[in-house]
Amino acid sequence: MTQLPTSTEKKLGLVIDLDTCVGCHACVISCKGWNTENYGAPLSDTDAYGADPSGTFLNRIHSYEITQENAPAQLVHFPKSCLHCEDAPCVTVCPTGASYKRVEDGIVLVNESDCIGCGLCAWACPYGAREMDALEGVMKKCTLCVDRIYNNNLPEEDRVPACVRTCPAKARHFGDLGDPESDVSRLVAERGGMDLMPEQGTKPVNKYLPPRPKQDEAQEFDILAPYLEPVADTPSGFLGWLDKALEHIPGSGPRFPDPDARQKSGKL
Amino acid sequence: MPPTQPSVDLSPRVSDEVRKTTCYMCACRCGINVHMKGGKVAYIEGNRDHPVNKGVLCAKGSAGIMQHNAPSRLRAPLKRTGPRGSGEFEEISWDEAMEIAVGWLKPIRETAPEKLAFFTGRDQSQSFTSFWAQGFGTPNYAAHGGFCSVNMAAAGIYTMGGAFWEFGQPDWERSKLFMLFGVAEDHDSNPIKLGLAKLKERGAKIIGVNPVRSGYNAIADEWVGITPGTDGLFILSLIHCLMKAGRIDLDYLARFTNAPVLVNGDPKSPDYGLLMRDQDGKMLVLDRATGKRTPYDRKGVKPDLAGSYRKAGISHRPVFHHMVERYLSDDYAPEQVADRVGISAKRIRHIAAELARAAFDEAFEIDRPWTDFRGETHKTMVGRPVSFHAMRGISAHSNGFQTARALHVLQIILGTVEVPGGFRFKPPYPKPPEAHPKPHVGTNPGQALNGPHLGFVHGPDDLALKPDGSPARIDKAFTWENPMSAHGLMHMVISNAHAGDPYKIDTLFMYMANMAWNSSMNTGGVMQMLTDRDDSGDYVIPHIIYSDAYSSEMVAYADLILPDTTYLERHDCISLLDRPICEADAAADAIRWPVVEPDRDVRGFQSALCELGARLGLPNFINEDGSQKWADYADYITNHERRPGIGPLAGFRGPEGDKTGRGEVNLDQLDRYIENGGFFVSHIPEEAQFYKPWNTAYQDWAVGMGLFDAPQPYLFNLYVEPLRRFQLAAEGHGDRQPPEHLRGRIKRTMDPLPIWYPPLEDGHADPVEYPIHALTQRPMAMYHSWGTQNAWLRQIHGRNPLYVPTGLFEEHRLSDGDWVRVTSVHGEITVPVMHMAALNANTVWTWNAIGKRKGAWALDEDAPEATRGFLLNHIIHELLPPRGDGLRYANSDPVTGQAAWFDLRVKIEKVPAPAEAQPAYPPITSPVGKGPKDLAWKVGK
Repeated sequence: MTQLPTSTEKKLGLVIDLDTCVGCHACVISCKGWNTENYGAPLSDTDAYGADPSGTFLNRIHSYEITQENAPAQLVHFPKSCLHCEDAPCVTVCPTGASYKRVEDGIVLVNESDCIGCGLCAWACPYGAREMDALEGVMKKCTLCVDRIYNNNLPEEDRVPACVRTCPAKARHFGDLGDPESDVSRLVAERGGMDLMPEQGTKPVNKYLPPRPKQDEAQEFDILAPYLEPVADTPSGFLGWLDKALEHIPGSGPRFPDPDARQKSGKL
Repeated sequence: MPPTQPSVDLSPRVSDEVRKTTCYMCACRCGINVHMKGGKVAYIEGNRDHPVNKGVLCAKGSAGIMQHNAPSRLRAPLKRTGPRGSGEFEEISWDEAMEIAVGWLKPIRETAPEKLAFFTGRDQSQSFTSFWAQGFGTPNYAAHGGFCSVNMAAAGIYTMGGAFWEFGQPDWERSKLFMLFGVAEDHDSNPIKLGLAKLKERGAKIIGVNPVRSGYNAIADEWVGITPGTDGLFILSLIHCLMKAGRIDLDYLARFTNAPVLVNGDPKSPDYGLLMRDQDGKMLVLDRATGKRTPYDRKGVKPDLAGSYRKAGISHRPVFHHMVERYLSDDYAPEQVADRVGISAKRIRHIAAELARAAFDEAFEIDRPWTDFRGETHKTMVGRPVSFHAMRGISAHSNGFQTARALHVLQIILGTVEVPGGFRFKPPYPKPPEAHPKPHVGTNPGQALNGPHLGFVHGPDDLALKPDGSPARIDKAFTWENPMSAHGLMHMVISNAHAGDPYKIDTLFMYMANMAWNSSMNTGGVMQMLTDRDDSGDYVIPHIIYSDAYSSEMVAYADLILPDTTYLERHDCISLLDRPICEADAAADAIRWPVVEPDRDVRGFQSALCELGARLGLPNFINEDGSQKWADYADYITNHERRPGIGPLAGFRGPEGDKTGRGEVNLDQLDRYIENGGFFVSHIPEEAQFYKPWNTAYQDWAVGMGLFDAPQPYLFNLYVEPLRRFQLAAEGHGDRQPPEHLRGRIKRTMDPLPIWYPPLEDGHADPVEYPIHALTQRPMAMYHSWGTQNAWLRQIHGRNPLYVPTGLFEEHRLSDGDWVRVTSVHGEITVPVMHMAALNANTVWTWNAIGKRKGAWALDEDAPEATRGFLLNHIIHELLPPRGDGLRYANSDPVTGQAAWFDLRVKIEKVPAPAEAQPAYPPITSPVGKGPKDLAWKVGK
């Protein structure tokens, strides 16, 4: 079995904002594209144009409905990939040492040349975040784009995971969650970022920002009601209000006392 | 084992080269970086510098590599060998394909050019394809707007000189309250998501109005699960509340709208209800300062909203009085409309109050002096941080035009259009309706059409009618049935051509429009029409030419196929003359260019048209010596001038490439675009960025850019006078008179102030018998008919259950995976269901265009798209059901002709699971074979 490092220099990970994720799957496909062309074997697709297409994805979006007694149901889009746990059970269960957690940044990786495709790690992961590649027979998982984030061939601003770079709703954030002063740590502190299934004891590095409370229900006593206080009860009363109101409007001003113009109070 | 770490290459080479072009997975047209390895496409990401997407990219765009390499790509021109609809073809040379096309088209051009119907679907080159059609001389040209969102475009342009999406955008940086109506998840894609992110970051409130709480509505702070087709009534109730409380921007209404313009109040006058004008045709207002009738644009005029003009015992009241009279009526009180719209009165009032609070209590000023068209200088710009966006959900109803109008009136009375924090136009908008062309239908054998096909009518005189009063166009656009059909009616072309009504055609020529499947109403009927033969055994529609890049369902129904390229193999221009990609602060355009050369015998459709146009001798496609004028589309993009100095691309003009907007042709223009990342941006000066319709600095900038040739400030049309002109005709005024059976409908629906009426299907399909609304929307990860063959995306959206709300689900004792028969007044389908709680209680819905015909798109015949996937199109007819008066009415908006997809009413019943979704059609023969079994796509080592 494989050992975890006692500590890592950084805790690189993702902070995912469930208040903002619209469930568009941009991150899913951007990840598929980058990681098919890059780290390790391509993410394959079997029966690609057939009855039961099935491919390897390192990141998937699940959608959950939340039903409540006295409020409309809500839909939450929930992207899920490897959480790069501090106590990663997928690493300790690995019989060959292929799965490991990097000392310098805490990223959990699979060394594909040592992976025998036994699948124990996928069983051990409580999040279902690992997928066996059907064609290559090796375990695939989120690499946090380890081949992007330090890549000297990329402009510095692009040295983030592909999913973060592409997210149109800006719901994905990347950084060092081991540094309490980092942007991602502050975001977690401000928004009450949460661990996924903390009871599993895996100490996930990735965090989720919960959806903000909805305002779907009109309150019994509407504090905004004064905004709709009628200025008059009848159309002609309204026109009387209008004439007075216009006197104080820059573009209108006082009315010229012309007999034609005073016909305004007529019936409507 | 100890934690010994293998070495990982942290800096692998990403690509040999990055080529920057424009995406084509939807109409957003984002900038993309195409990473190349060994001459092959290795990876596609968003272009950070691009004005549309600023680096981000959606799932469709990121899956472009699968689209570009799809097995469904057509490989060579095809000539039909089997019967229509069989899918049996032989591959032929381009030369033979051109000869066949010329053989059909040349004789009709020389005798009756209207016998060509050329409709171009989801074309992104409409200013070019219409140019071709104009040269041919047929009046029968349009793109797909008529079955998409013409209600939105036409209502916006007639009301305020621009609409949502390509025409304008919310001020994402300053808005504090954002209200989203009827936006399917894909319209539009990345800009909306980027905008929502900005709103969320600032804690601005988002209200989503949509029967379905998915996508954008799922992250809205407040969801209004409205009853489909009632948005207009809800909006008019908001207007009622705001007007009654005086929570309206009187200064804005007086200065910038036709609210103070006097309306002829003499019922005996032929101008009754029209706007009063002086001898120069200038609209008249009462000047509060002098009490006299005065042209609206005179310097120093104080237009009066309150006074009326009395002469000869007749009161002529301003537009605003008519609005007061209408909208203060209790008919629009929240309590009156609550049941119908499915929103409590309390909630309607609360939303109105929120709009009032944000617009007026949170008003702010930015320190930018500007001068208006009357010559008055304003020291600051007043911001009202309320913005709106809407799309097909409100426009694809038969009351969609008036509903979109109502929404614009709501925006305008709050003073939120073209102000900081509100809704902002994008160049070349704003543009008054009068600045658009009018429709032209003047045909002459062997000659070009007498002007542009599509445009904006301003009264009965502008209708496209023949001298005998019959429709001049095959789609009956611009007729009494739908006078303001600014985008044509593509959804009526095949059924009209099949019926020979208003006349027979010879050749149907289409591009990128899957009319034999998901782009048509009554899909089964359309397939029948396309294959129907007359008594002599000939096809009723004699010739069909179709261009597509992929083996779509429509391919099987054509006689001749002109295979298009993929989006990475072609030239295109995203032009200011067409559907632009500008930002509120900048004019922008872009190109596509062949970042890879085709490996098949295919050609960009526009380049094929250059050759076809020359072979036909179209005057705008040949030189004086008769030789081909445009070698290909790239040649046209570079060298064509629409007006002197104005071409398809605004950037890098002039011999040195240093001129913007106006300038001579630059032969290196495309190279300059490529160097610049595939696009061009020109920023609007700060003092010109708001109040654009009235801001002299903006007007002058726009003239300099060549957007128009002289300043053209205008007033917003709360009251749309052209609508009134049609009403007047229906009341018996004027020489051009509508047919008797349409008089009542024109009087009712073409009201110059927004109204609401129930969707027309409600009057034809018994709402008790068919109590459920049925909708579709497109998912964010799939667009139209371009995506399902994509190996990656079909794993996300390969199935489309019918989503059923909790109450109906329980009432029908359904479980996920059960099947129901869905019946409309037109037909029935049998489909699988899934429960969804976050849904209007009387609405079912599904994803659009996931269902595929067996044999299409190079999919296996047992693909889930073909066995469990389905279309609602089968139960939506292009005509409303008969009502016993001997007449059939189009299932369209009576003002614009927009296809009323979302008026659909159905009933459902649980049935035993069939072998596959019904109706099931026999497979078509795939002209491209089937896709590979497995994929492991890696182009590098």
